[in-house]
Amino acid sequence: MVVSRDDFSIAIRSAFLKKGTKQKFSLLALIIASIILLSLEAINSKSLNFVRSVVKDVVYRTSFITSMPGNSITSVFTKVQNYFEVYEQYEIVKSKLQQLENQKNEINYLKIENDKLKKVIDDTDIYNYESITTKVLVDKKSPFLKSVILNKGFNSGFKRGMPVLDGPYFVGRITEVNYLSSRALLINDLNSKISVVIEPLGYQAIMSGNGEKTALLEFLPKNHQLEVGGLVYTSGTDGIFFPGIPIGRVELIEKKFQIKFFSDLSQLYFVNVITSKPIGSKQ
Amino acid sequence: MVLFRKNFVSRFFNLIPLLIIFFLAFSETDFNFEKLSFLSFNLIYIVIFYWVLKNPDILGYGFIFLAGIINDVIIGLPIGVSSITYLILAGFAAYVRYLTVEPSLIYDWIVFVPSIAVTNSVYLYILRIFFDIEVDYIALVFNSGVTILLYPIIGILFNFLSKIIIVQKNV
Repeated sequence: MVVSRDDFSIAIRSAFLKKGTKQKFSLLALIIASIILLSLEAINSKSLNFVRSVVKDVVYRTSFITSMPGNSITSVFTKVQNYFEVYEQYEIVKSKLQQLENQKNEINYLKIENDKLKKVIDDTDIYNYESITTKVLVDKKSPFLKSVILNKGFNSGFKRGMPVLDGPYFVGRITEVNYLSSRALLINDLNSKISVVIEPLGYQAIMSGNGEKTALLEFLPKNHQLEVGGLVYTSGTDGIFFPGIPIGRVELIEKKFQIKFFSDLSQLYFVNVITSKPIGSKQ
Repeated sequence: MVLFRKNFVSRFFNLIPLLIIFFLAFSETDFNFEKLSFLSFNLIYIVIFYWVLKNPDILGYGFIFLAGIINDVIIGLPIGVSSITYLILAGFAAYVRYLTVEPSLIYDWIVFVPSIAVTNSVYLYILRIFFDIEVDYIALVFNSGVTILLYPIIGILFNFLSKIIIVQKNV
């Protein structure tokens, strides 16, 4: 195929400027429109945010409806799979129950002691604040970005930065709030950096998401003596999250200390968002 | 009644590529496998490249733009990133269409490689440089590789669909 320079320029012009018989817009016009939309992302005005919020709410709801057939098929598969795993799980639960019985008495004692000590230092924890349970509306499993869309937004008092928990475990934080929905950035996202404390040694570090089922530990103290099995909690030193929310356990993966999360981030259906409203307050 | 049914069937087949990209953009269903992440691929890229190259009237640029915006909203990317990448890919396909005299799947496949490379480079560039969003480069490279490898297979399936569309049109 011999192509002259003229042919190239004609082909480029035709491709980007010419409209097809049924096309309403040229490619160039739409690329320019995309660039304008991208530029608008950098502008933070009240009216633009309102429009964004409405568009996102509409798209999220539509996405939820569109995902229904696929999700129902997946849930049937999961139910069948669970059925086959029942006996295996029963054995595990039985042995765990035995262990838990032993730990229960110890925990009761420690809880009482902990409550007394907290009163002494006037500490705050997540249990003093109201939590709102919300459904995961959409969980689009992107290989690059890890986030979920939640069913409630600022109509329920959600604000950016609020911690998101799966049961008692920390799984992410609110990064985007619309009127009826919000987005939670999960802790395994590449852009997630959380300050943590590793017990029982009390090391402070930064937990950095790596897009996998684990997270990396960064900025550990030099000559640390970290051991596998250490428990990781939010440290609260960043001033954003409450301290002491359990996250996961330290494991040695590929010769690196990493955090294995207590919660399975790919199986989030309902999550709790901790608000900044103390329990019992009227407002 | 018969004419209506024929028209309906013909229109339905015409709409399949459009339905695929909107379904993939809207729903949670996609081909990003969490457990087998190295097998993830981007079906939207294949659909856009194939249909803009073969029959641009079936997949309007406006719809491609809209699908990109929906995809951005769902994934949580800055609005416009996917639209630009999809439209650049469509641009490549349209450019090749104007230059090609005798279309062949192998030739299209070869051109698909630099198209994906440029498209994903633009995607990465926008996210990293303009929005400072970290992206898993290795996952993106694997995703691009598998997308390229799967193009001829999905292309063959689309060839069948393309033939059905032509037959339905001529009925």
